[in-house]
Amino acid sequence: MSPELINLIVQATFESLYMVGIAALLGTAFGLPLGVFLATSRKGELFAAPIVNRVLGIVVNATRSTPFIILVVAIIPFTRFVAGTSIGSTAAIVPLTIASAPFIARLVEAAIREVDGGLIETASSFGASPLQIVFKVLIPEALPGLLLALTLAVVSLLGYSAMVGAVGGGGLGDLGIRYGYQRFMPEMMLAVVVVLIALVQLVQSAGDYLARRVNRRLRHR
Amino acid sequence: MNAHQSLAIGQPIERCEAISPAAAEPDAMVRFASISKTYPAYRGKPGVNALQNIDFAIPRGSITGVIGRSGAGKSSLVRLINGLEKPTTGRVVVDGRDISALAGRELRLAQRSIGMIFQHFNLLSSRTAADNIALPLEIAGWAKADIKARVTELLALVGIADKHDRYPSELSGGQKQRVGIARALATRPSVLLSDEATSALDPQTTRAILDLLANINRELGVTIVLITHEMSVVRQLARDVVVLDAGHVVESGHVADIFTHPKHPITQSFLAEVTGDSLPVSLASRIVAEPSAAGQAVIRLQVRGAGVGDTLVARLARELGLDVSLLAARIDEIGGQHVGSLVLGIPLGISGGEDAVARTLAFLSQHQFSAEHLGYVA
Repeated sequence: MSPELINLIVQATFESLYMVGIAALLGTAFGLPLGVFLATSRKGELFAAPIVNRVLGIVVNATRSTPFIILVVAIIPFTRFVAGTSIGSTAAIVPLTIASAPFIARLVEAAIREVDGGLIETASSFGASPLQIVFKVLIPEALPGLLLALTLAVVSLLGYSAMVGAVGGGGLGDLGIRYGYQRFMPEMMLAVVVVLIALVQLVQSAGDYLARRVNRRLRHR
Repeated sequence: MNAHQSLAIGQPIERCEAISPAAAEPDAMVRFASISKTYPAYRGKPGVNALQNIDFAIPRGSITGVIGRSGAGKSSLVRLINGLEKPTTGRVVVDGRDISALAGRELRLAQRSIGMIFQHFNLLSSRTAADNIALPLEIAGWAKADIKARVTELLALVGIADKHDRYPSELSGGQKQRVGIARALATRPSVLLSDEATSALDPQTTRAILDLLANINRELGVTIVLITHEMSVVRQLARDVVVLDAGHVVESGHVADIFTHPKHPITQSFLAEVTGDSLPVSLASRIVAEPSAAGQAVIRLQVRGAGVGDTLVARLARELGLDVSLLAARIDEIGGQHVGSLVLGIPLGISGGEDAVARTLAFLSQHQFSAEHLGYVA
Protein backbone atom coordinates (compact mmCIF):
# COMPACT_ATOMS: atom_id res chain seq x y z
CA MET A 1 0.00 0.00 0.00
CA SER A 2 1.40 3.35 -0.99
CA PRO A 3 2.25 6.05 1.59
CA GLU A 4 -0.51 8.24 0.10
CA LEU A 5 -3.13 5.62 0.83
CA ILE A 6 -1.81 5.05 4.35
CA ASN A 7 -1.95 8.78 4.84
CA LEU A 8 -5.61 8.73 3.74
CA ILE A 9 -6.39 6.03 6.28
CA VAL A 10 -4.68 7.94 9.10
CA GLN A 11 -6.51 11.12 8.15
CA ALA A 12 -9.87 9.31 7.94
CA THR A 13 -9.22 7.67 11.32
CA PHE A 14 -8.68 11.06 12.92
CA GLU A 15 -11.84 12.40 11.23
CA SER A 16 -13.84 9.49 12.62
CA LEU A 17 -12.38 9.90 16.10
CA TYR A 18 -13.09 13.63 15.98
CA MET A 19 -16.74 13.18 14.92
CA VAL A 20 -17.40 10.30 17.31
CA GLY A 21 -15.55 11.93 20.20
CA ILE A 22 -17.34 15.27 20.02
CA ALA A 23 -20.71 13.66 19.25
CA ALA A 24 -20.28 11.30 22.24
CA LEU A 25 -19.46 14.24 24.52
CA LEU A 26 -22.42 16.30 23.29
CA GLY A 27 -24.69 13.24 23.22
CA THR A 28 -23.80 12.54 26.84
CA ALA A 29 -24.25 16.19 27.79
CA PHE A 30 -27.84 16.00 26.51
CA GLY A 31 -28.52 12.30 27.04
CA LEU A 32 -27.36 11.96 30.65
CA PRO A 33 -29.72 14.56 32.16
CA LEU A 34 -32.51 13.40 29.85
CA GLY A 35 -31.95 9.78 30.91
CA VAL A 36 -31.86 10.68 34.60
CA PHE A 37 -35.08 12.63 34.16
CA LEU A 38 -36.77 9.78 32.29
CA ALA A 39 -35.77 7.42 35.11
CA THR A 40 -37.08 9.66 37.90
CA SER A 41 -40.17 11.42 36.57
CA ARG A 42 -42.90 8.80 36.49
CA LYS A 43 -45.79 9.01 38.93
CA GLY A 44 -44.58 8.97 42.52
CA GLU A 45 -40.91 9.31 41.64
CA LEU A 46 -38.30 11.88 42.61
CA PHE A 47 -39.13 14.49 39.95
CA ALA A 48 -42.65 13.22 39.28
CA ALA A 49 -43.94 14.76 36.03
CA PRO A 50 -45.78 11.90 34.32
CA ILE A 51 -47.03 13.92 31.36
CA VAL A 52 -43.61 15.45 30.56
CA ASN A 53 -42.13 11.98 31.00
CA ARG A 54 -44.61 10.56 28.50
CA VAL A 55 -44.01 13.34 25.93
CA LEU A 56 -40.21 13.06 26.20
CA GLY A 57 -40.51 9.29 25.88
CA ILE A 58 -42.41 9.68 22.61
CA VAL A 59 -39.86 12.18 21.26
CA VAL A 60 -37.00 9.85 22.21
CA ASN A 61 -38.72 6.89 20.55
CA ALA A 62 -39.45 8.89 17.42
CA THR A 63 -35.81 9.93 17.07
CA ARG A 64 -34.62 6.41 17.70
CA SER A 65 -36.97 4.87 15.15
CA THR A 66 -35.86 7.21 12.34
CA PRO A 67 -33.17 5.43 10.26
CA PHE A 68 -29.93 7.34 10.75
CA ILE A 69 -29.30 7.98 7.06
CA ILE A 70 -32.78 9.56 6.75
CA LEU A 71 -32.19 11.63 9.90
CA VAL A 72 -28.94 12.97 8.41
CA VAL A 73 -30.69 14.13 5.24
CA ALA A 74 -33.87 15.32 6.94
CA ILE A 75 -32.11 17.73 9.30
CA ILE A 76 -29.75 19.29 6.72
CA PRO A 77 -31.33 22.78 7.18
CA PHE A 78 -30.89 22.48 10.94
CA THR A 79 -27.31 21.26 10.51
CA ARG A 80 -26.57 24.27 8.28
CA PHE A 81 -28.12 26.56 10.90
CA VAL A 82 -26.02 25.12 13.74
CA ALA A 83 -22.70 24.35 12.00
CA GLY A 84 -22.82 26.97 9.24
CA THR A 85 -22.47 24.25 6.63
CA SER A 86 -23.99 20.86 5.95
CA ILE A 87 -20.80 19.32 4.57
CA GLY A 88 -17.74 17.99 6.36
CA SER A 89 -16.85 16.31 9.63
CA THR A 90 -17.90 19.21 11.84
CA ALA A 91 -21.33 19.35 10.20
CA ALA A 92 -21.66 15.58 10.64
CA ILE A 93 -21.39 16.00 14.41
CA VAL A 94 -24.89 17.55 14.43
CA PRO A 95 -26.85 14.49 13.22
CA LEU A 96 -24.54 12.17 15.17
CA THR A 97 -25.33 14.08 18.37
CA ILE A 98 -29.05 14.13 17.66
CA ALA A 99 -29.02 10.38 17.05
CA SER A 100 -26.87 9.50 20.06
CA ALA A 101 -28.51 11.68 22.73
CA PRO A 102 -31.83 9.74 22.85
CA PHE A 103 -29.93 6.45 22.61
CA ILE A 104 -27.71 7.44 25.54
CA ALA A 105 -30.78 8.71 27.41
CA ARG A 106 -32.47 5.29 27.19
CA LEU A 107 -29.29 3.51 28.30
CA VAL A 108 -28.84 5.95 31.20
CA GLU A 109 -32.50 5.49 32.17
CA ALA A 110 -32.03 1.73 32.33
CA ALA A 111 -28.82 2.06 34.39
CA ILE A 112 -30.42 4.50 36.86
CA ARG A 113 -33.50 2.30 37.24
CA GLU A 114 -31.18 -0.53 38.29
CA VAL A 115 -30.30 1.37 41.48
CA ASP A 116 -32.11 -0.09 44.50
CA GLY A 117 -35.15 2.08 45.30
CA GLY A 118 -34.39 1.57 48.99
CA LEU A 119 -31.37 3.85 48.60
CA ILE A 120 -33.56 6.71 47.40
CA GLU A 121 -35.80 6.21 50.41
CA THR A 122 -32.75 6.07 52.67
CA ALA A 123 -31.31 9.32 51.34
CA SER A 124 -34.76 10.96 51.58
CA SER A 125 -35.02 9.77 55.18
CA PHE A 126 -32.02 11.84 56.17
CA GLY A 127 -33.20 14.89 54.34
CA ALA A 128 -31.45 14.74 50.96
CA SER A 129 -32.92 16.99 48.27
CA PRO A 130 -33.85 15.41 44.93
CA LEU A 131 -30.71 16.87 43.30
CA GLN A 132 -28.51 15.58 46.12
CA ILE A 133 -30.07 12.15 45.62
CA VAL A 134 -29.20 12.29 41.90
CA PHE A 135 -25.59 13.38 42.41
CA LYS A 136 -24.73 11.58 45.65
CA VAL A 137 -26.73 8.37 45.26
CA LEU A 138 -28.13 7.60 41.81
CA ILE A 139 -25.18 8.52 39.58
CA PRO A 140 -22.41 7.07 41.83
CA GLU A 141 -24.38 3.87 42.36
CA ALA A 142 -25.18 3.53 38.65
CA LEU A 143 -21.65 4.44 37.54
CA PRO A 144 -20.58 0.96 36.34
CA GLY A 145 -23.78 0.71 34.27
CA LEU A 146 -23.37 4.27 33.01
CA LEU A 147 -19.82 3.58 31.82
CA LEU A 148 -20.94 0.46 29.97
CA ALA A 149 -23.81 2.46 28.45
CA LEU A 150 -21.40 5.13 27.26
CA THR A 151 -19.12 2.47 25.80
CA LEU A 152 -22.02 1.01 23.86
CA ALA A 153 -22.96 4.50 22.64
CA VAL A 154 -19.43 5.19 21.36
CA VAL A 155 -19.33 1.85 19.53
CA SER A 156 -22.69 2.61 17.91
CA LEU A 157 -21.48 6.10 16.97
CA LEU A 158 -18.51 4.56 15.15
CA GLY A 159 -21.03 2.64 13.07
CA TYR A 160 -23.19 5.72 12.46
CA SER A 161 -20.13 7.79 11.51
CA ALA A 162 -19.58 5.51 8.53
CA MET A 163 -22.90 6.74 7.11
CA VAL A 164 -22.21 10.47 7.25
CA GLY A 165 -19.86 9.96 4.28
CA ALA A 166 -23.06 10.15 2.25
CA VAL A 167 -23.25 13.88 2.99
CA GLY A 168 -19.52 14.52 2.75
CA GLY A 169 -18.79 13.92 6.38
CA GLY A 170 -15.52 12.12 5.77
CA GLY A 171 -14.11 9.48 8.09
CA LEU A 172 -13.36 5.78 7.76
CA GLY A 173 -16.74 4.72 6.38
CA ASP A 174 -16.55 7.33 3.68
CA LEU A 175 -13.05 6.17 2.75
CA GLY A 176 -14.18 2.56 2.56
CA ILE A 177 -17.10 3.39 0.28
CA ARG A 178 -15.24 5.74 -2.04
CA TYR A 179 -11.95 3.88 -2.40
CA GLY A 180 -12.76 0.33 -1.38
CA TYR A 181 -16.12 0.02 -3.12
CA GLN A 182 -16.37 2.64 -5.87
CA ARG A 183 -12.69 2.40 -6.96
CA PHE A 184 -12.53 -1.39 -6.53
CA MET A 185 -9.71 -1.37 -3.99
CA PRO A 186 -10.40 -4.38 -1.76
CA GLU A 187 -7.17 -3.82 0.21
CA MET A 188 -8.48 -0.35 1.17
CA MET A 189 -11.79 -1.82 2.28
CA LEU A 190 -9.93 -4.41 4.34
CA ALA A 191 -7.72 -1.75 5.94
CA VAL A 192 -10.76 0.34 6.90
CA VAL A 193 -12.52 -2.65 8.42
CA VAL A 194 -9.39 -3.65 10.36
CA VAL A 195 -8.98 -0.14 11.78
CA LEU A 196 -12.69 -0.04 12.77
CA ILE A 197 -12.46 -3.44 14.45
CA ALA A 198 -9.36 -2.30 16.35
CA LEU A 199 -11.10 0.91 17.45
CA VAL A 200 -14.21 -0.93 18.66
CA GLN A 201 -12.10 -3.46 20.57
CA LEU A 202 -10.11 -0.65 22.16
CA VAL A 203 -13.20 1.33 23.20
CA GLN A 204 -14.99 -1.76 24.54
CA SER A 205 -11.96 -2.96 26.52
CA ALA A 206 -11.40 0.48 28.00
CA GLY A 207 -15.10 0.75 28.93
CA ASP A 208 -15.16 -2.72 30.49
CA TYR A 209 -11.99 -1.98 32.45
CA LEU A 210 -13.33 1.31 33.84
CA ALA A 211 -16.73 -0.20 34.68
CA ARG A 212 -15.04 -3.05 36.54
CA ARG A 213 -12.80 -0.64 38.41
CA VAL A 214 -15.67 1.45 39.77
CA ASN A 215 -17.88 -1.53 40.55
CA ARG A 216 -17.61 -2.23 44.28
CA ARG A 217 -20.55 -4.55 44.38
CA LEU A 218 -18.84 -7.86 43.67
CA ARG A 219 -15.18 -7.01 43.43
CA HIS A 220 -14.13 -8.03 46.90
CA ARG A 221 -16.10 -11.21 47.36
CA MET B 1 -58.15 40.12 54.51
CA ASN B 2 -61.15 38.82 56.37
CA ALA B 3 -60.84 35.43 54.82
CA HIS B 4 -57.19 35.21 55.88
CA GLN B 5 -58.02 36.16 59.41
CA SER B 6 -60.74 33.62 59.84
CA LEU B 7 -58.45 30.96 58.40
CA ALA B 8 -55.66 31.86 60.81
CA ILE B 9 -58.04 31.77 63.76
CA GLY B 10 -59.83 28.68 62.57
CA GLN B 11 -56.78 26.47 62.27
CA PRO B 12 -55.56 26.27 65.87
CA ILE B 13 -59.04 25.44 67.13
CA GLU B 14 -59.29 22.60 64.68
CA ARG B 15 -55.90 21.35 65.82
CA CYS B 16 -56.81 21.44 69.50
CA GLU B 17 -59.77 19.24 68.81
CA ALA B 18 -57.57 16.80 66.98
CA ILE B 19 -55.36 16.13 70.01
CA SER B 20 -56.58 13.14 71.94
CA PRO B 21 -55.85 12.66 75.64
CA ALA B 22 -53.14 10.10 74.90
CA ALA B 23 -51.47 12.33 72.35
CA ALA B 24 -51.47 15.28 74.70
CA GLU B 25 -49.07 13.54 77.10
CA PRO B 26 -46.54 16.25 77.92
CA ASP B 27 -43.20 14.47 77.52
CA ALA B 28 -43.85 12.69 74.26
CA MET B 29 -41.15 12.49 71.58
CA VAL B 30 -43.61 11.32 68.94
CA ARG B 31 -47.36 11.89 69.03
CA PHE B 32 -49.86 10.43 66.63
CA ALA B 33 -53.10 12.41 66.72
CA SER B 34 -56.14 10.96 64.94
CA ILE B 35 -54.00 9.52 62.18
CA SER B 36 -55.42 7.70 59.22
CA LYS B 37 -53.56 6.75 56.06
CA THR B 38 -55.33 5.66 52.90
CA TYR B 39 -53.58 4.66 49.69
CA PRO B 40 -55.82 5.49 46.75
CA ALA B 41 -56.77 2.92 44.14
CA TYR B 42 -54.10 2.78 41.43
CA ARG B 43 -53.96 0.87 38.15
CA GLY B 44 -56.75 -1.53 38.98
CA LYS B 45 -55.52 -2.20 42.52
CA PRO B 46 -58.15 -1.22 45.08
CA GLY B 47 -57.41 1.48 47.64
CA VAL B 48 -56.03 0.43 51.02
CA ASN B 49 -56.81 1.81 54.46
CA ALA B 50 -53.33 1.26 55.89
CA LEU B 51 -53.92 3.03 59.21
CA GLN B 52 -57.06 4.12 61.05
CA ASN B 53 -57.70 6.08 64.25
CA ILE B 54 -54.11 5.99 65.40
CA ASP B 55 -53.72 7.90 68.68
CA PHE B 56 -50.73 7.29 70.86
CA ALA B 57 -47.56 8.87 72.15
CA ILE B 58 -44.02 7.59 72.29
CA PRO B 59 -42.31 8.83 75.46
CA ARG B 60 -39.05 10.79 75.19
CA GLY B 61 -36.00 8.60 75.76
CA SER B 62 -37.95 5.35 75.60
CA ILE B 63 -37.50 2.29 73.47
CA THR B 64 -40.92 1.52 71.99
CA GLY B 65 -41.70 -1.55 69.96
CA VAL B 66 -44.34 -1.44 67.25
CA ILE B 67 -45.30 -5.02 66.47
CA GLY B 68 -47.67 -6.40 63.87
CA ARG B 69 -48.02 -9.00 61.12
CA SER B 70 -46.95 -7.99 57.63
CA GLY B 71 -49.54 -5.63 56.18
CA ALA B 72 -50.62 -4.42 59.62
CA GLY B 73 -49.44 -0.89 58.79
CA LYS B 74 -46.08 -0.84 60.63
CA SER B 75 -44.08 0.51 57.70
CA SER B 76 -46.62 3.23 56.98
CA LEU B 77 -46.59 4.21 60.64
CA VAL B 78 -42.80 4.57 60.85
CA ARG B 79 -42.68 6.49 57.56
CA LEU B 80 -45.15 9.00 58.96
CA ILE B 81 -42.68 9.77 61.74
CA ASN B 82 -39.90 10.89 59.41
CA GLY B 83 -42.20 12.49 56.86
CA LEU B 84 -41.50 10.01 54.05
CA GLU B 85 -45.28 9.66 53.95
CA LYS B 86 -48.06 12.09 54.77
CA PRO B 87 -51.10 11.10 56.82
CA THR B 88 -54.47 11.27 55.06
CA THR B 89 -55.93 12.80 58.22
CA GLY B 90 -54.47 13.79 61.58
CA ARG B 91 -51.07 15.00 62.68
CA VAL B 92 -47.72 13.52 63.61
CA VAL B 93 -45.80 15.64 66.09
CA VAL B 94 -42.12 14.82 66.51
CA ASP B 95 -40.17 16.64 69.22
CA GLY B 96 -42.84 19.33 69.39
CA ARG B 97 -42.93 19.88 65.63
CA ASP B 98 -45.83 18.90 63.37
CA ILE B 99 -43.83 16.92 60.81
CA SER B 100 -46.93 16.12 58.76
CA ALA B 101 -47.37 19.83 58.00
CA LEU B 102 -43.80 20.35 56.74
CA ALA B 103 -42.66 20.15 53.14
CA GLY B 104 -39.62 20.87 51.00
CA ARG B 105 -36.61 22.41 52.72
CA GLU B 106 -38.28 22.64 56.14
CA LEU B 107 -39.10 18.93 56.07
CA ARG B 108 -35.57 18.05 54.99
CA LEU B 109 -34.15 20.05 57.91
CA ALA B 110 -36.49 18.30 60.33
CA GLN B 111 -35.56 14.89 58.91
CA ARG B 112 -31.96 15.42 60.05
CA SER B 113 -33.11 14.97 63.63
CA ILE B 114 -34.73 11.62 62.81
CA GLY B 115 -32.44 8.70 61.97
CA MET B 116 -33.56 5.49 60.37
CA ILE B 117 -32.11 2.00 59.94
CA PHE B 118 -33.38 -0.62 57.53
CA GLN B 119 -33.83 -4.36 57.22
CA HIS B 120 -31.54 -4.55 54.19
CA PHE B 121 -29.13 -1.90 55.53
CA ASN B 122 -29.43 0.23 52.36
CA LEU B 123 -25.74 1.14 52.22
CA LEU B 124 -24.27 2.67 49.07
CA SER B 125 -22.14 -0.01 47.43
CA SER B 126 -19.97 2.67 45.84
CA ARG B 127 -18.89 4.13 49.20
CA THR B 128 -16.70 2.79 52.00
CA ALA B 129 -18.10 2.34 55.51
CA ALA B 130 -16.69 5.76 56.48
CA ASP B 131 -18.09 7.46 53.37
CA ASN B 132 -21.49 5.88 53.91
CA ILE B 133 -21.57 7.34 57.42
CA ALA B 134 -20.40 10.68 55.99
CA LEU B 135 -23.29 10.86 53.50
CA PRO B 136 -25.94 12.45 55.76
CA LEU B 137 -23.30 14.90 57.00
CA GLU B 138 -22.38 15.88 53.43
CA ILE B 139 -26.06 16.35 52.74
CA ALA B 140 -26.41 18.51 55.84
CA GLY B 141 -23.51 20.64 54.55
CA TRP B 142 -20.92 19.88 57.25
CA ALA B 143 -17.29 20.96 56.72
CA LYS B 144 -14.89 18.22 55.58
CA ALA B 145 -12.77 18.25 58.76
CA ASP B 146 -15.85 18.05 60.99
CA ILE B 147 -17.20 15.13 58.95
CA LYS B 148 -13.91 13.27 59.29
CA ALA B 149 -13.83 13.66 63.06
CA ARG B 150 -17.49 12.74 63.48
CA VAL B 151 -17.16 9.62 61.29
CA THR B 152 -14.18 8.35 63.32
CA GLU B 153 -16.18 8.91 66.50
CA LEU B 154 -19.22 7.06 65.11
CA LEU B 155 -17.22 4.08 63.82
CA ALA B 156 -15.82 3.68 67.35
CA LEU B 157 -19.27 4.06 68.89
CA VAL B 158 -20.68 1.15 66.87
CA GLY B 159 -17.53 -0.93 67.41
CA ILE B 160 -16.13 -1.16 63.87
CA ALA B 161 -13.31 1.41 63.98
CA ASP B 162 -11.15 -0.99 61.94
CA LYS B 163 -13.63 -1.11 59.03
CA HIS B 164 -13.13 2.55 58.05
CA ASP B 165 -12.07 1.86 54.45
CA ARG B 166 -14.08 -1.31 53.79
CA TYR B 167 -16.79 -1.43 51.16
CA PRO B 168 -20.18 -2.90 52.09
CA SER B 169 -19.44 -5.99 49.96
CA GLU B 170 -16.55 -6.73 52.33
CA LEU B 171 -18.68 -6.52 55.49
CA SER B 172 -20.87 -9.08 57.25
CA GLY B 173 -24.58 -8.43 57.84
CA GLY B 174 -23.97 -7.36 61.43
CA GLN B 175 -21.16 -5.01 60.40
CA LYS B 176 -23.34 -3.52 57.66
CA GLN B 177 -26.08 -2.81 60.17
CA ARG B 178 -23.50 -1.20 62.47
CA VAL B 179 -22.57 1.12 59.60
CA GLY B 180 -26.31 1.75 59.11
CA ILE B 181 -26.70 2.64 62.79
CA ALA B 182 -23.66 4.94 62.71
CA ARG B 183 -25.05 6.64 59.60
CA ALA B 184 -28.47 7.08 61.21
CA LEU B 185 -26.85 8.67 64.29
CA ALA B 186 -24.47 10.90 62.32
CA THR B 187 -26.50 14.10 62.53
CA ARG B 188 -27.21 13.56 66.25
CA PRO B 189 -30.92 12.78 65.86
CA SER B 190 -33.32 12.72 68.80
CA VAL B 191 -35.26 9.76 67.36
CA LEU B 192 -33.94 6.56 65.82
CA LEU B 193 -36.40 4.54 63.72
CA SER B 194 -35.61 0.89 63.21
CA ASP B 195 -37.53 -0.79 60.40
CA GLU B 196 -37.09 -4.54 60.94
CA ALA B 197 -33.39 -3.81 61.43
CA THR B 198 -32.54 -7.30 62.69
CA SER B 199 -34.88 -9.34 60.50
CA ALA B 200 -32.12 -10.22 58.02
CA LEU B 201 -29.63 -11.20 60.73
CA ASP B 202 -28.93 -14.48 62.52
CA PRO B 203 -29.99 -14.77 66.20
CA GLN B 204 -26.53 -14.13 67.63
CA THR B 205 -25.94 -11.02 65.50
CA THR B 206 -29.48 -9.87 66.27
CA ARG B 207 -28.67 -10.01 69.96
CA ALA B 208 -25.46 -8.00 69.48
CA ILE B 209 -27.23 -5.35 67.41
CA LEU B 210 -30.07 -5.08 69.95
CA ASP B 211 -27.49 -4.69 72.74
CA LEU B 212 -25.85 -1.91 70.74
CA LEU B 213 -29.22 -0.17 70.34
CA ALA B 214 -29.85 -0.48 74.08
CA ASN B 215 -26.44 1.11 74.79
CA ILE B 216 -27.14 3.94 72.37
CA ASN B 217 -30.49 4.58 74.03
CA ARG B 218 -28.87 4.59 77.47
CA GLU B 219 -25.81 6.66 76.63
CA LEU B 220 -27.15 9.13 74.08
CA GLY B 221 -30.74 9.28 75.30
CA VAL B 222 -32.01 8.73 71.77
CA THR B 223 -35.66 7.69 71.59
CA ILE B 224 -35.86 4.42 69.66
CA VAL B 225 -38.89 3.20 67.74
CA LEU B 226 -38.58 -0.47 66.78
CA ILE B 227 -40.73 -1.81 64.00
CA THR B 228 -40.76 -5.58 64.09
CA HIS B 229 -42.80 -8.72 63.59
CA GLU B 230 -40.80 -10.59 66.22
CA MET B 231 -41.94 -10.48 69.83
CA SER B 232 -38.47 -11.64 70.92
CA VAL B 233 -37.01 -8.33 69.68
CA VAL B 234 -39.59 -6.36 71.64
CA ARG B 235 -38.99 -8.51 74.69
CA GLN B 236 -35.23 -8.02 74.65
CA LEU B 237 -35.17 -4.32 74.04
CA ALA B 238 -38.41 -2.40 74.43
CA ARG B 239 -40.00 -0.85 77.48
CA ASP B 240 -43.26 0.01 75.74
CA VAL B 241 -45.07 -1.85 73.03
CA VAL B 242 -47.78 -0.97 70.53
CA VAL B 243 -49.58 -3.86 68.84
CA LEU B 244 -50.89 -3.10 65.37
CA ASP B 245 -53.40 -5.18 63.47
CA ALA B 246 -55.10 -4.31 60.20
CA GLY B 247 -54.28 -0.63 60.58
CA HIS B 248 -55.52 -0.30 64.16
CA VAL B 249 -53.69 -0.12 67.47
CA VAL B 250 -55.22 -3.09 69.27
CA GLU B 251 -53.16 -2.87 72.42
CA SER B 252 -50.43 -0.63 73.85
CA GLY B 253 -48.61 -0.12 77.13
CA HIS B 254 -45.58 -1.27 79.12
CA VAL B 255 -44.07 -4.48 77.82
CA ALA B 256 -44.38 -6.17 81.23
CA ASP B 257 -48.11 -5.41 81.43
CA ILE B 258 -48.87 -6.45 77.89
CA PHE B 259 -46.84 -9.64 78.25
CA THR B 260 -48.48 -10.66 81.49
CA HIS B 261 -52.03 -9.70 80.55
CA PRO B 262 -52.43 -9.86 76.77
CA LYS B 263 -56.01 -9.06 75.80
CA HIS B 264 -56.17 -9.12 72.03
CA PRO B 265 -55.87 -12.47 70.19
CA ILE B 266 -53.10 -11.00 67.99
CA THR B 267 -51.07 -10.09 71.06
CA GLN B 268 -51.64 -13.55 72.47
CA SER B 269 -50.47 -15.16 69.27
CA PHE B 270 -47.31 -13.02 69.24
CA LEU B 271 -46.74 -13.95 72.84
CA ALA B 272 -47.15 -17.63 72.08
CA GLU B 273 -44.09 -17.34 69.83
CA VAL B 274 -41.79 -16.29 72.64
CA THR B 275 -43.38 -18.08 75.57
CA GLY B 276 -43.78 -21.37 73.76
CA ASP B 277 -47.53 -21.71 74.33
CA SER B 278 -47.59 -23.97 71.35
CA LEU B 279 -46.96 -27.60 72.27
CA PRO B 280 -43.84 -29.52 71.27
CA VAL B 281 -44.63 -31.32 68.01
CA SER B 282 -43.92 -34.76 69.43
CA LEU B 283 -46.40 -34.18 72.25
CA ALA B 284 -49.07 -32.50 70.13
CA SER B 285 -49.11 -35.43 67.70
CA ARG B 286 -49.78 -37.90 70.53
CA ILE B 287 -52.78 -36.11 72.02
CA VAL B 288 -56.12 -37.85 71.41
CA ALA B 289 -59.70 -37.02 72.40
CA GLU B 290 -60.50 -40.30 74.19
CA PRO B 291 -58.90 -41.39 77.47
CA SER B 292 -57.17 -44.74 77.80
CA ALA B 293 -56.92 -46.67 81.08
CA ALA B 294 -53.17 -46.30 81.60
CA GLY B 295 -52.91 -42.85 79.98
CA GLN B 296 -52.69 -39.29 81.20
CA ALA B 297 -54.92 -36.25 80.84
CA VAL B 298 -53.07 -33.25 79.36
CA ILE B 299 -53.67 -29.87 80.94
CA ARG B 300 -51.99 -26.66 79.87
CA LEU B 301 -51.87 -23.69 82.17
CA GLN B 302 -50.66 -20.18 81.56
CA VAL B 303 -48.14 -18.63 83.91
CA ARG B 304 -48.41 -14.86 84.07
CA GLY B 305 -47.12 -12.75 86.94
CA ALA B 306 -44.50 -12.44 89.63
CA GLY B 307 -43.25 -15.43 91.58
CA VAL B 308 -45.84 -17.98 90.53
CA GLY B 309 -45.51 -21.51 89.38
CA ASP B 310 -42.51 -22.33 91.51
CA THR B 311 -44.37 -24.34 94.13
CA LEU B 312 -47.46 -25.05 92.05
CA VAL B 313 -46.66 -28.56 90.90
CA ALA B 314 -45.61 -29.64 94.38
CA ARG B 315 -48.78 -28.18 95.92
CA LEU B 316 -50.95 -29.78 93.27
CA ALA B 317 -49.41 -33.16 94.00
CA ARG B 318 -49.64 -32.76 97.78
CA GLU B 319 -53.08 -31.22 98.14
CA LEU B 320 -54.86 -33.35 95.55
CA GLY B 321 -52.75 -36.45 96.08
CA LEU B 322 -51.89 -36.67 92.37
CA ASP B 323 -48.70 -37.96 90.72
CA VAL B 324 -48.52 -34.98 88.39
CA SER B 325 -45.98 -35.20 85.63
CA LEU B 326 -44.50 -32.28 83.69
CA LEU B 327 -44.86 -32.89 79.93
CA ALA B 328 -43.59 -29.52 78.69
CA ALA B 329 -42.78 -26.17 80.20
CA ARG B 330 -41.41 -22.81 79.28
CA ILE B 331 -41.15 -19.85 81.58
CA ASP B 332 -39.38 -16.60 80.80
CA GLU B 333 -38.84 -13.57 82.91
CA ILE B 334 -40.00 -10.46 81.10
CA GLY B 335 -39.78 -7.14 82.86
CA GLY B 336 -39.63 -8.89 86.25
CA GLN B 337 -42.73 -10.98 85.48
CA HIS B 338 -42.88 -14.70 84.86
CA VAL B 339 -44.48 -15.46 81.54
CA GLY B 340 -44.90 -18.88 80.07
CA SER B 341 -46.85 -22.09 80.15
CA LEU B 342 -46.76 -25.50 81.80
CA VAL B 343 -48.18 -28.66 80.28
CA LEU B 344 -49.10 -31.15 82.99
CA GLY B 345 -49.93 -34.82 82.74
CA ILE B 346 -52.52 -36.17 85.21
CA PRO B 347 -52.35 -39.99 85.41
CA LEU B 348 -55.83 -41.49 85.03
CA GLY B 349 -55.38 -45.09 86.13
CA ILE B 350 -54.06 -44.55 89.63
CA SER B 351 -55.92 -41.43 90.65
CA GLY B 352 -59.56 -41.86 89.92
CA GLY B 353 -59.90 -41.06 86.22
CA GLU B 354 -62.02 -38.13 85.09
CA ASP B 355 -62.48 -36.93 88.63
CA ALA B 356 -58.77 -36.07 88.84
CA VAL B 357 -59.04 -33.81 85.80
CA ALA B 358 -62.02 -31.95 87.22
CA ARG B 359 -60.32 -31.56 90.60
CA THR B 360 -57.11 -30.29 89.01
CA LEU B 361 -58.95 -27.71 86.90
CA ALA B 362 -60.90 -26.56 89.95
CA PHE B 363 -57.68 -26.24 91.97
CA LEU B 364 -56.02 -24.18 89.22
CA SER B 365 -58.96 -21.88 88.71
CA GLN B 366 -59.15 -21.39 92.46
CA HIS B 367 -55.53 -20.15 92.34
CA GLN B 368 -56.27 -17.83 89.41
CA PHE B 369 -54.52 -19.82 86.71
CA SER B 370 -56.00 -20.00 83.26
CA ALA B 371 -55.90 -23.67 82.30
CA GLU B 372 -57.30 -25.84 79.56
CA HIS B 373 -57.81 -29.55 79.15
CA LEU B 374 -56.20 -30.45 75.83
CA GLY B 375 -56.97 -34.19 75.68
CA TYR B 376 -55.21 -37.39 76.56
CA VAL B 377 -52.00 -39.23 75.83
CA ALA B 378 -51.54 -42.96 76.12
